[in-house]
Amino acid sequence: MTAAVDAIRDTPFVVGGHTFHSRLMVGTGKYRDNETMARAIEASGAEVVTVAVRRVDLDRSKETGILHHLDPNRFFLLANTAGCFTADDAVRYARLAREAGFNEFVKLEVIGDQETLLPDVQGLLEAARTLAKDGFKVLAYTNEDLVTALRLEDAGCAAVMPLASPIGSGLGLLNPYGVRTIKRRLGVPVVVDAGVGTASDACVTMEQGVDGILMNTALAAARDPVAMAHAMRLAVEAGRTAYLAGRMPRREVAVPSSPLEGMLD
Amino acid sequence: MNDSIDVLVNGEPRTVARGVTLLALLRSLELDPRAVVVEHNRAIVRRPMLGDVTVAAGDAIELVHFVGGG
Repeated sequence: MTAAVDAIRDTPFVVGGHTFHSRLMVGTGKYRDNETMARAIEASGAEVVTVAVRRVDLDRSKETGILHHLDPNRFFLLANTAGCFTADDAVRYARLAREAGFNEFVKLEVIGDQETLLPDVQGLLEAARTLAKDGFKVLAYTNEDLVTALRLEDAGCAAVMPLASPIGSGLGLLNPYGVRTIKRRLGVPVVVDAGVGTASDACVTMEQGVDGILMNTALAAARDPVAMAHAMRLAVEAGRTAYLAGRMPRREVAVPSSPLEGMLD
Repeated sequence: MNDSIDVLVNGEPRTVARGVTLLALLRSLELDPRAVVVEHNRAIVRRPMLGDVTVAAGDAIELVHFVGGG
């Protein structure tokens, strides 16, 4: 960053008592190979990387684990409960993830619909309450509904993660108002999770004032994931800085930038 | 008395020696106990206890780890 940008004072990005240096969090799924994944994560500058809990493949167990390709001392591993359709399943996966011994953070997903992967709000709240009481730092993947977000905060979540658009859709930020309202009303950090497709989506999302973004497919499914990761890093910084800078007011009519005086007769 | 028992490991039937511990089961599968989390009949077994828990016929054992995900 340039000295001019350094002059803009930002608040630290703190989730569940842990300060993170990057507002961009990235997933580790769907990359064409592990080397590309590692290079893309490097280029993104992300500190938080998400991982999923799955059965060990007993036939080829030496290679499937993500930790062969990702140094857990360099990155903050955020386990998810992806694929869980009930609160009980999500709690079970979260507890297994915690037992891996890295941290007590979990990205809680309770999915309610196979086609859209939209959250089951009722199951989500139930699992969030259970896990928060059990000492977890819960980052809850939810829709952009304010009341649900408020309930999740009440349930003890460390952060709320409204979607930009459905997981893996790349449709960008469909409801800026909803996300902005959640950010305005919640005390806990708001990290937009899912749906960002390209750098402009990330930038617009950060301009809403949210604390961070989590993305996976936008990088993994880009033609060049490493270059896209770099673009996303810049976009998140640009969007955050623009938010802090405060945009000019929108006007319906033109306002000249050049003086009206001094025109020739 | 038969020296082997049938159990379910990650949903698949397996035959293991009677009296085998979870730690010995992991070793027989060439798995590093530090790299997996073990669930035994729906209860998580912490790493230091793996050598103390004996597998019984019909037990369901899940061996999980972290994989790529979003």
